[in-house]
Amino acid sequence: MNLIFDIAWTHVRARLRQTGVAVAGVATGVGFSIMMAALMQGSQDDFIRQLVNAMPHISVSDERRAPPPQPAERLYDAAEIHNLTPEARRRGIKNPLATMAALEPWLPGGIAPTVRVQAIIRYASHDVATSVVAIDPRREALVSDLPKQMRGAPLSALYRATNAIVIGDRLSEKIGARIGANITLQTSEGARLSAQVVGYFHTGVRQVDESTAYVLVKTGQILAQQTGLINELRIRLKDPMASRDVAMRVERETGYKSVSWQEAHEDLLSTFVIRNVIMFTVVGAILLVASFGTYNIISTITHEKARDIAIMKSLGLSEFTVRSIFVVEASIIGLAGAAAGFALGYLLCLALGSLEFKSPFLDGNHLPLAYSALHYLLAGFVALASSVIAGYQPARKAARMHPVEIIRGAT
Amino acid sequence: MNAEAPLIEARKVTRILPGIVPTTLVRDIDLVIRPHEFVAITGPSGSGKSSLLYLLGLLDMPTSGEVLIEGKVTTVMSEEERARARLTTLGFVFQFHFLLPELTVIDNVMLPMRALGRLGREDMRARAAGLLSSLGLADHVDKRPDQLSGGQRQRVAVARALANEPPVILADEPTGSLDSKSSAQVFEVLQDLVHGKGKTVVAVTHDAAMAERMDRHVELLDGHIVRDEIHSPAPQPA
Repeated sequence: MNLIFDIAWTHVRARLRQTGVAVAGVATGVGFSIMMAALMQGSQDDFIRQLVNAMPHISVSDERRAPPPQPAERLYDAAEIHNLTPEARRRGIKNPLATMAALEPWLPGGIAPTVRVQAIIRYASHDVATSVVAIDPRREALVSDLPKQMRGAPLSALYRATNAIVIGDRLSEKIGARIGANITLQTSEGARLSAQVVGYFHTGVRQVDESTAYVLVKTGQILAQQTGLINELRIRLKDPMASRDVAMRVERETGYKSVSWQEAHEDLLSTFVIRNVIMFTVVGAILLVASFGTYNIISTITHEKARDIAIMKSLGLSEFTVRSIFVVEASIIGLAGAAAGFALGYLLCLALGSLEFKSPFLDGNHLPLAYSALHYLLAGFVALASSVIAGYQPARKAARMHPVEIIRGAT
Repeated sequence: MNAEAPLIEARKVTRILPGIVPTTLVRDIDLVIRPHEFVAITGPSGSGKSSLLYLLGLLDMPTSGEVLIEGKVTTVMSEEERARARLTTLGFVFQFHFLLPELTVIDNVMLPMRALGRLGREDMRARAAGLLSSLGLADHVDKRPDQLSGGQRQRVAVARALANEPPVILADEPTGSLDSKSSAQVFEVLQDLVHGKGKTVVAVTHDAAMAERMDRHVELLDGHIVRDEIHSPAPQPA
């Protein structure tokens, strides 16, 4: 085995420039694959982070998955009853404090009671449908980044005026309401309330910034015309990825519809699956192209070394030994390419990460990049595997050559 | 006459190169090579002398007939077994030295030993160095083949052929690409292998004078043996 490696090494070393080109091919493939993976993963993580931060991880609402059946339906199971409308109930989560107290001991995160009311904001002849969320500013930090996302004034500004309201920055631009403006909120129930804008927030998720407003719980209850109403429990977990499971447990224990952020954004997440498929296809293609380079060099070496192969075979080296020599050469190229590619990929990531520019779509002025060992391992493995596969074919061909044909040709 | 068991035996060996017009290289060759013989195979170009040597050396497979090495039929062997037989029983010297250009002289000589893997690294080195110095190459051990003269390279090739102590050395025009001085040197080396070290040497040559100085002379014409005479009884090893 030592012999195989020695000869392979001398071959590779003797063809330093060609080997260098092949290694550079693999390295470029690996490097750009890593960069691309970092960029795709980074932007995805960034997007998910924004998404996750823009809303509660789990939202427990006062709805049920299925409308409760009518008592008649429950009692007369076999009978077919027509024209029954589902039972209408009083809105709100029953006994919200007890529900929260039951969840709090095991919940890995924070929970806050909220009133969510759909209202139309009227200001200067603009009518905008808005989701008004009534919160307790002191608890808000437990369940969202809203305190950090405030612009113009801290969240505690909600206490500054009666019926104070905080609106999204895009909403504020849309209707032209600055701090201090008095806007009108109107619900479908007919409630009407005048509120003073005391601040803006910016989450980065357009949909939220454009159509959400925050008020105090009391203001929300007035707007909903129901004293003591709590119709949503917002939960934030330490590990956002666990939301789906926790939401299921909350729903099982409370009976209320609990929607995790994953469920709420299923369409976006399935887009990520497609994005990843695209990414892996492109990365695979890059590495495949790089493996053509490896095939080329091993092929060339076996052609150039046809005479040496003939000699080795005539001396009595086995087919396996000869084949192994060239497979080892391919592995050397693959390994060197992967190692150089790691460095290249890391440098590319650093370079991309240091670029500064302004984009209307990104909050930061740097590209979001994810550094993950998995990207390196994956690219390295694919590069090595494709090199070996690319080297195997010419190696097998070389090992099968009949020494006489070459020796005859040489004399 | 030499009554020992044959080392190499060809029985009705025919080799035809397939093709649109099949070419007959050798036809119905019967030849017995016994230990300690110093055999010259001669003949004009295209007479099939090299082809015969390749068949005797298991580098090529006969179309019909069979080749026996140390009494064993080789035509039924697998490729791996034939490679093994080449490694242990046969040593080759070609017209061109065919040394691996990237390896040093001693590494070239060690190559067959390492392929066989019977000796430890140090033993291989010592043996290879011994072989090289016995061929007058002690000063060139760590040089590369392209730093040597033609005669020196050919002697390295002989050392390589002897690496695994095979009983038989097959040489294909060993002096074919050398000047007369180097030729004489290489011839002496081969002669010494037979008369001094008790090896068997079969050499293909077109050099009639050289063939006359060898112990047995086999002449081929159009793939047939037309002459097989013994010049002097092969002396027994000391």
